[in-house]
Amino acid sequence: MRLFATLVILGFRRWSTYRLATAAGAFTNTVFGLIKASITVGAIGAAGGTLAGYDALTGATYAWIVQALIAPVNVFNWNELALRIRDGDIAIDLARPLDPQFAYLAGFLGRAAHQFIPRGAPPLLAGALITGLALPSTPLPYLLGLVSITLGISVSFATWWLVNLAAFWLIELRGVLTLNVVAMGILSGLVIPVHWFPDWLATIAGLTPYPSMLQAPADVVMARAEGTAALGILAVQAAWLTGVLLLGRLVFARGARKLVVQGG
Amino acid sequence: MTEPIIQVRDLRREFVIRSPAGRLRRARTVVAAVDGLTFDLADGAAVGYIGANGAGKSTTIKMLTGILVPTAGTVRTCGLDPVRRRRELARQIGVVFGQRSQLWWDLPLAESFRALAAIHRLPDATWPNRRDELVDRLDLGTFLASPVRQLSLGQRIRGEIAAALLHSPRLLILDEPTIGLDVLSKERLRVFLSEQRALHGTTLLLTTHDMDDVQRLTDRILVVDHGRLVYDGTLPGLTARVGAERVMVVDLVEPVPDLGAVDGTRCVAVESDGLRHRLAFTPERTTAGAVLEAVGRRGQVRDLAIEEPDIEDVVRRLYLAQVAADGGSGSRHRS
Repeated sequence: MRLFATLVILGFRRWSTYRLATAAGAFTNTVFGLIKASITVGAIGAAGGTLAGYDALTGATYAWIVQALIAPVNVFNWNELALRIRDGDIAIDLARPLDPQFAYLAGFLGRAAHQFIPRGAPPLLAGALITGLALPSTPLPYLLGLVSITLGISVSFATWWLVNLAAFWLIELRGVLTLNVVAMGILSGLVIPVHWFPDWLATIAGLTPYPSMLQAPADVVMARAEGTAALGILAVQAAWLTGVLLLGRLVFARGARKLVVQGG
Repeated sequence: MTEPIIQVRDLRREFVIRSPAGRLRRARTVVAAVDGLTFDLADGAAVGYIGANGAGKSTTIKMLTGILVPTAGTVRTCGLDPVRRRRELARQIGVVFGQRSQLWWDLPLAESFRALAAIHRLPDATWPNRRDELVDRLDLGTFLASPVRQLSLGQRIRGEIAAALLHSPRLLILDEPTIGLDVLSKERLRVFLSEQRALHGTTLLLTTHDMDDVQRLTDRILVVDHGRLVYDGTLPGLTARVGAERVMVVDLVEPVPDLGAVDGTRCVAVESDGLRHRLAFTPERTTAGAVLEAVGRRGQVRDLAIEEPDIEDVVRRLYLAQVAADGGSGSRHRS
């Protein structure tokens, strides 16, 4: 546990060295938040004032919360592991007395912890000023929300881990990584809430871990799901996390057995 | 302890190389990077593992540390099966891959040490002392707080070595640690490594292209060529077998066409009508100082240089000697 904490802190520190990148990212998230909130509100207006339980205010809130979570959940890119497999630095990770997946998860959470406020606060602040935010007034949704966000980040890690492992078998990974970004972008609720999906698409989304990354934490934080419903969401997230992490361990073990570390 | 710290039996590792053959088909070639290695390493030994590029040195090291799975044969390192018990083994060994970094690139060196202490679960009561010792002996103090990406190569390698030794491993494996370092940095590193061995009895396995490393740091050498062990013994034994000599090149102020016999040396060439002489010698028979003194008595020395035999040359000669000994049948080697 102490080791895990140290590695989380290390991940946090690594990212804290890139202040300008963080500021630029926060600016981008906020600008896109404004666009997304406007489109969401527009869509809800066109649908007659409510759409799948979202009114103008909660729809805008959803858009802003998702924008605030983009960076911590790491929707768009994580290829650290793939690069290390490709250039052979994975040998260093394997020469350490710890489980690589455990270590990288800690680093990923540390990165997320660093991004949480500097990348999350600006979109939420802009949202509060521009459209207003519909947030619960009791502490419980926030507490459960924090758990749900941590689970969402971890599910994102587990998925990225699995996708990165393709580097054991493929040299050029851009296609696989892009596929994951596209799937995550659509199925996680990044663009529009999963609740707006037509049935067939909602069914597909439900068969993937993606809704556990953004839709689930947003539902819990906004208290769209409360009490046992919220706990149910956490349980689904935990189940996906366990499953995808385990699959990742299996694939990693297979990959490591056929590992070729070139060039010294 | 009498059990060898490393035990290798008939070790073999193949790689499959696929190359395009025709439009769709790809030819599949199996190449053995390591081909039937057998050796033991005693606890506390200092061994140089040498060979040309692609001889199989790094592949062997990766199998010793459990990173690569052998195709055939067995390895035991510190009494453990490296692949099965890789993490357990990692606590007992320190590895430096000269080409790769185990430090956190964007953080200060001090943070890397803290992380490694946590990774190796070193007690808070003891590891700072060990760190301070390494910082002091490797002279890391001035750049301990700089991000690793800003360090010079020499600084980074010292940091790498400290990182590999922080948990006081029984076995230190260095894969070309002095590559790219200047003479002074190499020298400081050698002094440090000798000192650590004397102090802690660490077993050392070193791959290198540098004959000086071998001479200064090791008491036994293993030469590998095309994945096979072609020599196992001492450096004097190797030089005796293949005549790996150092060559002293002396430039004189006034030409001396014939220096006469200089004890323990062999005249390789006289150039520029006696202005430059090349004298070959082996460190076992005489020293550079003695040769210089002898030459100085016969003419005024303007400049001198010492050419080291390179590993490739030694290996090539070893191979030729082997072929000659086998009566011209070089069939044990992959062609």
